[in-house]
Amino acid sequence: MILVTLILVLFVGGLACWLSERFNPNLPRVIALLTVLLDFALMFSLLGAEGTSTWVAVFEAPWISRFGISFYLAADGLSVLLLMLTAFLGVVAIGAAWDEVQERSGFFYFNLLWTLAGVLGVFTALDLFLFFFFWEVMLIPMYLIIAIWGHENRSYAAMKFFIFTQVTGMMMLVSILVLAYFHYLQLGSLSFNYHDLLNVSLTGEMGMWVMLGFFISFSTKLPSMPFHSWLPDAHSQAPTAGSVILAGVLLKTGAYGLIRFAVPLFPEASMAFAPVAMTLAAVSILYCAKVAFAQDDIKRLIAYTSVSHMGFVTLGIYAWNEQALQGAVMTMLAHGLSAAALFMLAGGLQHRIHTRNMPDMGGFWPKVPKMTAVAIFFSVAALGMPGLGNFIGEFLALIGAFQANVTLTVVAAFGLILASVYSLWVLQKVFQGEYNNKGFDESHLTDLSRREMLYFAAMMIGLVWMGLYPQTFLSMSEPVLAQLLSESAQTLVTLEGGL
Amino acid sequence: MTITIADLFLILPVLVLTGTAVLSMSAVAVGRNYAVTAVITVAGLLLAALSAVTLSGTNQQVTPLLIVDPYSLFFTAVICLSAMFIGVLSYPYLEGLDDDREEYFLLLGVATVGAVVLVSSNHFVSALLGLETLSMSLYGMVAYTVHSQKADKYPLEASVKYLVLSAAASGFLLFGMALIYGQTGTLAFASLTELSESSLGNGFSVIGLLLITAGLAFKLSLAPFHMWTPDVYEGAPLPATTYLATIGKAAVFVVLLRFVEMTEALALTGILAVLSFLAILSILAGNLLALLQQNVKRLLAYSSIAHMGYLLIAVVASYYVEGRVGIEAISFYLVAYIIMSLGAFGVTSMVSRSDCERDTIEDYRGLFWRQPLLAAVFTAMMLSLAGIPLTVGFIGKFYLFFAGVEAALWLLLTALIVGSGIGLYYYLRIIYRMLEPAASSDQLTMSPQLSSGSYGVVLCLSLLLLGLGIYPAPVVDLIEAISAYV
Repeated sequence: MILVTLILVLFVGGLACWLSERFNPNLPRVIALLTVLLDFALMFSLLGAEGTSTWVAVFEAPWISRFGISFYLAADGLSVLLLMLTAFLGVVAIGAAWDEVQERSGFFYFNLLWTLAGVLGVFTALDLFLFFFFWEVMLIPMYLIIAIWGHENRSYAAMKFFIFTQVTGMMMLVSILVLAYFHYLQLGSLSFNYHDLLNVSLTGEMGMWVMLGFFISFSTKLPSMPFHSWLPDAHSQAPTAGSVILAGVLLKTGAYGLIRFAVPLFPEASMAFAPVAMTLAAVSILYCAKVAFAQDDIKRLIAYTSVSHMGFVTLGIYAWNEQALQGAVMTMLAHGLSAAALFMLAGGLQHRIHTRNMPDMGGFWPKVPKMTAVAIFFSVAALGMPGLGNFIGEFLALIGAFQANVTLTVVAAFGLILASVYSLWVLQKVFQGEYNNKGFDESHLTDLSRREMLYFAAMMIGLVWMGLYPQTFLSMSEPVLAQLLSESAQTLVTLEGGL
Repeated sequence: MTITIADLFLILPVLVLTGTAVLSMSAVAVGRNYAVTAVITVAGLLLAALSAVTLSGTNQQVTPLLIVDPYSLFFTAVICLSAMFIGVLSYPYLEGLDDDREEYFLLLGVATVGAVVLVSSNHFVSALLGLETLSMSLYGMVAYTVHSQKADKYPLEASVKYLVLSAAASGFLLFGMALIYGQTGTLAFASLTELSESSLGNGFSVIGLLLITAGLAFKLSLAPFHMWTPDVYEGAPLPATTYLATIGKAAVFVVLLRFVEMTEALALTGILAVLSFLAILSILAGNLLALLQQNVKRLLAYSSIAHMGYLLIAVVASYYVEGRVGIEAISFYLVAYIIMSLGAFGVTSMVSRSDCERDTIEDYRGLFWRQPLLAAVFTAMMLSLAGIPLTVGFIGKFYLFFAGVEAALWLLLTALIVGSGIGLYYYLRIIYRMLEPAASSDQLTMSPQLSSGSYGVVLCLSLLLLGLGIYPAPVVDLIEAISAYV
C-alpha cells in the first residue's frame, strides 16, 4: 500500500499545484516541494527490509481480469535505491525551477510531479502491462514541460523526444503481448505478471525478436547508439528542471528496464546478443565523447557526455556478472547526481547570461568563484576521479566487463581519457582564461545564491558518500542482483539440459 | 410470417425512434419552435437508448430481417446515446442559422433509425434499408445550411459529392448482393464456405464479396475509396460531420463485421489479402495525408481513414485467432473511436457556429490559456486518438495489438506501429498549437456563449475517456459477453 501512496501523493500534489495557482502564483512551488519531501520521507519506511532478495511493500489488485492484468506494485533493494534517487532529484528539480519558472507555474509543477509519479510507477510495477502504462504516462508531462517552458527550438525537440520514445514503446508493447500470449500457449492462461512471465521459455529466433523489442525501447530511453539522437535536442531545449529530471531519472528507467526485464526474461537471447550490445555500448562511449568535444552549446555537450556515460551502464549490464551489474547500478546513481548538477550549472549560466554558446563565454572564475568551484567538483566527478561515486561505478563496470569481453572493455576504457579531455576543456573555455563577454549582458552574472549552494552541497555529499563508502548502496542492490544472476543462470542450465 | 405484439416489443428502440421522428415532424407542423423540436428529439433518443438497455439479455430473430441480440442492443444503445450527444452539440451551433432550423433534428432522428436498423440486421434487405435510410438523412444533414446566406462552408458541394459517390457505392453493394444471392438462394447472411464449386463455382461468390467490400469500403472511407471523405467532412456543417464520422462509420462497421462472420467470407481465397491490402493502404494514406492538413476537419477526416484501417487489422485477425478476441477488439475500438471522435468534433463545434467555423489549426493557437477546460478536453481526445495511456484509445490500441499478435500478423502490426508513429506528429501539432501563446486578440475572442449542455456533453465524454482508460474492466467484460453473439 505504501507504494500506491507514494504514487498517489504525487498525482494529488500535482493537481493541487495546478489548482492553487489561481490563489497565489507562488503557492504551486511550495506545494510541489512539500509533496516531494513528503514522498521522500515516506520512502524511508521502505528501508531496512530491502536488504534481502525478497519483495517489500507488495500491492496487488485485479485490474483487467479478461487479460490477466493486475495492478501489481512491489519494490526490492534496486527499486528502493532508484525511488530515492527519483525523489531526491525531484527536490533538486523543484529547486532548479524555483526562480526560473515564473509563467504558468501551477501547470509546470503539475507536469513535473506527474512525470515523477510515472517514474515511480515504472520502478515499482511488476505487471508488464502496468509497467508499459507508467512507461508511457511519464512521457506526456515531460513533453509538455519541453514544449511549453523550453527554449527557442522547443517544438522540434519535444516532438522528436515524444515520437522516438513512443514508437519504440509500441515495439515493446508488441513484445510484451507476444510474451503474454506465449504464456497462454505454454501455461494455459494469459498473464502479464513478471513472475509468471519468467517461466515462459522463448528461444531461438522468436526469443531474439521479442527481446529486441524490449532492447530497442530501453536503449532508446537510455539512450545508446544508434537511438540517441533525440537526447541532445531534448536536453538543450528543456528548461533546467526538465533536464535534471530527464538526465537524472528518465534515462535510468531504460537501464532499470534492461536489468529487470530485458535480460532476465530472455537470458538465452540476451547472452547471444551481448557482444552486439556491448559493442554498441563501447561505440556510444567513444563516439559520443568525441561528439561532445565538438559542441559549442554547453547543454548539448553535457547531453552527449550523458550518452557516453550511460554506455558504461549498458556495458556493465550485458557483461551480466555481479561486479559489472553493481557497477552499472552505481553509475546510474552517481551519474544521476553528477549530470543533474551539471545541467543545473548550465541552466544557471543560461539563466544569468541568456546564452548557452561556449565561445561567447570565458574567464568567469573571478566573477563567480563559488560557481566555478562547484563546476570543478562536478566535472571532476563526471570524469571519474577516485573518491567520488562515478569512479566506483565505472571502475566496477569495467572490471566486470573485463571478465566478459576483454577487447571491448579495453576499447571502452579509453572513454575515461576522453571524459577527462572534454570535462577539463569545458572548465577551461568557460571559467579560465581571459574574461570574455561577447554578446551578452553581464549585469546578471552573479554568483550562486545560498539556495543553489544548498542543492549543490546535497549532491556533493551524495557523490562523496558513494565514492568513499559505496557499501551502503552496494549492499542494498547486492541481493537483488545476485538473485537475478542465479535465476538466469538456472534458466540457461535448464535450456542446455533440454537441448 | 405474422408479427406479434411480443415481436413489436423487441424492436422497441426502432419504434421509439420512429415515433420521435413523427412527433417532431408534427410539432413542426403545429408551430415552429426550435427548442421544442430539439428537446423532443433528444428525449426520444435517450428513451430509445434506455429501451435498448431494458431489453438486454434477449436473443431473438424478429422477422427474418432483424436480429435482436445483446450485440445489436449494445450498439443500439451506443448509437442512440451518441446521437443524443450530437443533438445537444448541434443545438447551439444551429441556433443562429438564418433559415428553418427544426428539420435538422428530424433528419437526426431518421438517420438514427437507419443506424439502429443497420446494427440489428443480418439480412441483405435490412442492411440496405438501414444503410439507405442513414445515407439519405445524411445527404440532408450535410446540405442543411445550403440556403443560408451566411453559411461558412460549401454544403452543396459536399452534399452532391457525397450523394453521387454514395449512390455509386450502393450500386456496387447491390450488385454484389445479387451475385451472392445467385449463389446461396437466400438474402439472409448465410455461410458461403459450404457452397460447392461445381455449380457456378465460388468465383462468383468472391466477385460478389469483393463488390460488397468495395461498397462498404466507400462508406467506411477506406483507401483507395476515401477520396470523398476530406471534402465532405470539410464542407458539411460540423454536427453533420460529427454524425458522419462517428455513427456513420460505426454502424457500417458493425454490419460489415456481422456479414463477414456469418458468411465466413474470410475463408474464401483472396478476401484476406484484399482486406490486408486495404488496411495497410488506409493506414499509410490516412496518416501521411493527414500530415499535410491545415484544417482540423480535413485532418480528422484523414485520421479517421487511418483508424478504419487499424480496425480492419482486427477483422483480418478474427479469422486466425481461436476465440473471439478479434471481435472484441473491433467492438471495443469502435466504442473508443466514437468517444474520442465525438469529443474532438464536440470541442470543434463548441467554438464554432453555423456562420463561423473554427476549423483551421491556427484557430486553436493559445486555446489552452483562454479556455483551459476545452483545451484540456481537446488534448485528451487527441492523445486518445494517438493511443496514449490513461485514455480509452490506448486500451483500444492494446486490443488491436493483442489480436494482431495472437494472429501473428507481423506485417499489419508493423503498419500499425508506423502509422501510429506518423499519427503522433499531427496530433501533437494540434496540441502544440494550443499550448503556444495566443498570437493576436481576434482569434476565438468572439467565441460564442458556450452552452452548458455542450459543456456537459464534452465533460461526460472526457470522463468516459479517462474512466475507461484507467479502469476498463467493466466494459471489457461486457464486450466479452456480447461478442459471443456475433
